[in-house]
Amino acid sequence: MATSGYELRSEVNTLQQLLVRAVPMLALLIGLLGVMFLAEMGDVVTQRRVILCLINVTVVVGLYTFMGNSGVLNFSAVGFMAIGAYTAALVTMQPMLKNTFLPDLPAWLAATQLPLVAGPFIGGLVAACVALVVGTPIMRLSGIAAGIATFALMFIVYVVLGNWNSVTGGQTSLMGLKTWVNLWAAGLFAMGAVVLAWLYQNTRWALALQASREDAVAAMGSGIRIVPLRVGAFVLSAFICGMGGGLYGHFQGTLRIENFFLDPTFLYVVMLIVGGMRSLSGAVLGAVCVAALAEALRQVEIGLSIPGTGVTLSAPAGLADVALAALMLIVLIYRPQGIVGGSDNWGEKFLNRRATAGRPAVAEASRPAGETT
Amino acid sequence: MTGLIQITMDALSLGGLYALTALGIGIVFSVMRLANFAHAELVTCAAYALLALSGHPTVMAMAGALLLAMALAVLTERAAFRPLRKADPATMLIASFTVSMLIQKILVFAVGSRVKPLDPLPALSQPVWIAGAQISQLKIATIVICAVLLAALVVFLRRTSIGLQMRAAAEDFTMSQLVGVRANQVIVLAFVLSGALATIVAVLFAAQMGFVQPRLGLPLVLTAFVAAVIGGLGSLPGAVLGGFLVGAASTLLQSLLPSDLRPFREAFLFLAVIVVLLIKPNGLLPARGMKERV
Repeated sequence: MATSGYELRSEVNTLQQLLVRAVPMLALLIGLLGVMFLAEMGDVVTQRRVILCLINVTVVVGLYTFMGNSGVLNFSAVGFMAIGAYTAALVTMQPMLKNTFLPDLPAWLAATQLPLVAGPFIGGLVAACVALVVGTPIMRLSGIAAGIATFALMFIVYVVLGNWNSVTGGQTSLMGLKTWVNLWAAGLFAMGAVVLAWLYQNTRWALALQASREDAVAAMGSGIRIVPLRVGAFVLSAFICGMGGGLYGHFQGTLRIENFFLDPTFLYVVMLIVGGMRSLSGAVLGAVCVAALAEALRQVEIGLSIPGTGVTLSAPAGLADVALAALMLIVLIYRPQGIVGGSDNWGEKFLNRRATAGRPAVAEASRPAGETT
Repeated sequence: MTGLIQITMDALSLGGLYALTALGIGIVFSVMRLANFAHAELVTCAAYALLALSGHPTVMAMAGALLLAMALAVLTERAAFRPLRKADPATMLIASFTVSMLIQKILVFAVGSRVKPLDPLPALSQPVWIAGAQISQLKIATIVICAVLLAALVVFLRRTSIGLQMRAAAEDFTMSQLVGVRANQVIVLAFVLSGALATIVAVLFAAQMGFVQPRLGLPLVLTAFVAAVIGGLGSLPGAVLGGFLVGAASTLLQSLLPSDLRPFREAFLFLAVIVVLLIKPNGLLPARGMKERV
C-alpha cells in the first residue's frame, strides 16, 4: 500500500498508460449510465430513488476528493452541501417568490434571477470560497482533531443557516424551488463529479497529497508542503459537495435545514468508508450499494413477494433502518478498507495480469525500474 | 447579586453535567483512543430504563438503569470496538458513529420516536431560596452529585490497584501491558465506568428535561465532546475542566448575548472548539502519551 500508488503513477508518461489508468473511471461512467438507462424504464418512485442516489454519488465523490486523497477525516461535507443548496435556491428563485417567502432579503439578492442550471455551479463556487477561508486554518490539523474541527464547522453552518432568518428562512422550510433536476441532470452531474475527481487525483498535487496520507513525515522530508495541498483538495471537495447540495434542493423543491445535519453527515461518511475511502470506485460503489441496500430493505418492509415461490418477505416498519446500520457496522469490522479495498488501479492489475500471463519476465522486470524513480 | 447567584448555579450545574459526560467519554478514550460517540446512546438507554421502571421505587429504577447502561457499554465494546482495537482512531470514531446510529434505530424501532414524559426525581422538583435567588433543588443536587462523584473517581484512580492500572494504561498502553496490566480487563472496566457515569447523567438530565426520546443523549454528548476536546481528549482533569468551562461559557452566552445573536449561541461554542484546537491541538490539559512519535 505504501508504495503502490506512487510507483505506478511515476510510470505514467505515455498515452497508453494514461488510458489504462482511465479504465476504472470509464467503467464507473458506463456503470452510472447503465443505472440511468435502467431507471429510465422504471416507475416514477424508482426514478426518484435513483435520482437521490445519483445526487448522493456526487456528494460522496466530493467527500472522497478530500478524504480519500489526504486521509484526513472530514465531517463538514453536509455543511457545504447546505451552503450550495441555499445559494442555488437564492440565485435562481423568482423575485416574486422571494418577496413572499423571504421579505427581508438584501435588495440585490432579491432581484437576482439566474438560469436554473447556473444554480449548482454558483452554489459550488460559494461553498468553495467558504472552504478556502475556513479551510486555511483548519487544514493544519490531522487525526481526531481534524475530525472534531470539521464536525464543529458543520455544526456552525447548521446553526448559522438555521437561524439566519432573513436569508434562509431559518427553521421554516424554504419552499418554491423549481424541481428541474431529473434523472439525466442528476446523472450528468454525478458523471461530471467523477471525471473531475479523477482528473484531480492524477495531478501532481493530488499525488503529493496521497504521499502525505501514507507518511506525513516522509512527505515533508521530500519537500511536500502539506497544508496548502490539503486546502486545495478541501476547496475542490467543497465545490463538488456544494454542487450536490444545489441539485438536492432543486430535486426536493423544499429546503429544510434539518436535512443537512447529523444523519446525512454520518450517512455520507459511512457510504465512503463502506465503499473504500481510498478510491474513486469505492466512493461511487459505496453510495450505490448503500442506496441499493436501503431500497431492498424498504421493499422487504413493505412486503416483498419472491416471484414463483409464493413466499412473501415482510418485516415490521423501522427494521430496515436497524438492518442498514447493522450491515454498515459489519462491513466496517470485517472490511475496514471498504468493499473496493483501497486503490483505483484494478484496471492496471487486470491488464498487467493478462500481460504477465503472456510474458512474465518482461512484466516483472518493468516494476523495479519504476520503483527507483 | 441574586442574578449572580442564579448564573453561578446554572453554570455549575450545567458544567457538572457536561463534565460527567465528558469524563465518561474521556475514560474510554484514555485507554483505547476511541472517541466513543455511542456514549449518547448509553445515556438515552439508561433514561428509557428509568421510564420502564418508573412505577417502582426510585432506587430500584436507578439500579436497573445502571445495570442496563453498563451491560450495553460492555456489549458495544465486545461486539464492535474490540475487533477494531488495532484500527486507526478515525475508523474507530466512525465505528462509534455507526454503533450510535444502530442503537438509536433499534430504540426507534422498539419504543417509537415519540417524546414521553419522565420525572425520575420528583422529590427535587421544589425550588429553594438562597439569598433571594430562586434555585431548583435539582440544580443543587446536580452540583453535589458531581462533586461527590469526581472525588470518588479521584480516590478510585489514585488509591486502588485497578485505578493505578487504568492510569498506567492511559499513559502508555503497550508499556502497561508489558508490566502485567491486563488489556481487556482495563478496557472493559473503562466501559463499565463510562456506563455508570452515563446512568447518573441520564437521571439528572432526564429530571431537568422532564421527558425521554430516542435522541435524548445526542445534544448533551455533542457538547460534552466539545468539552472533552477543549480540555484535552484522554485527560480526565481536562474533561472536568472542559466540562465546567463549556457550562460556564454556555450560561454566560445565554445571559449576556444580545437577543438577536442568542440563537447562534452554539455556533460560538463550536467556534471556540476550532480555535482551541488550532492553538492547542491536544487541548488545554493534554493527556500524556498523546504526542505521536516519529
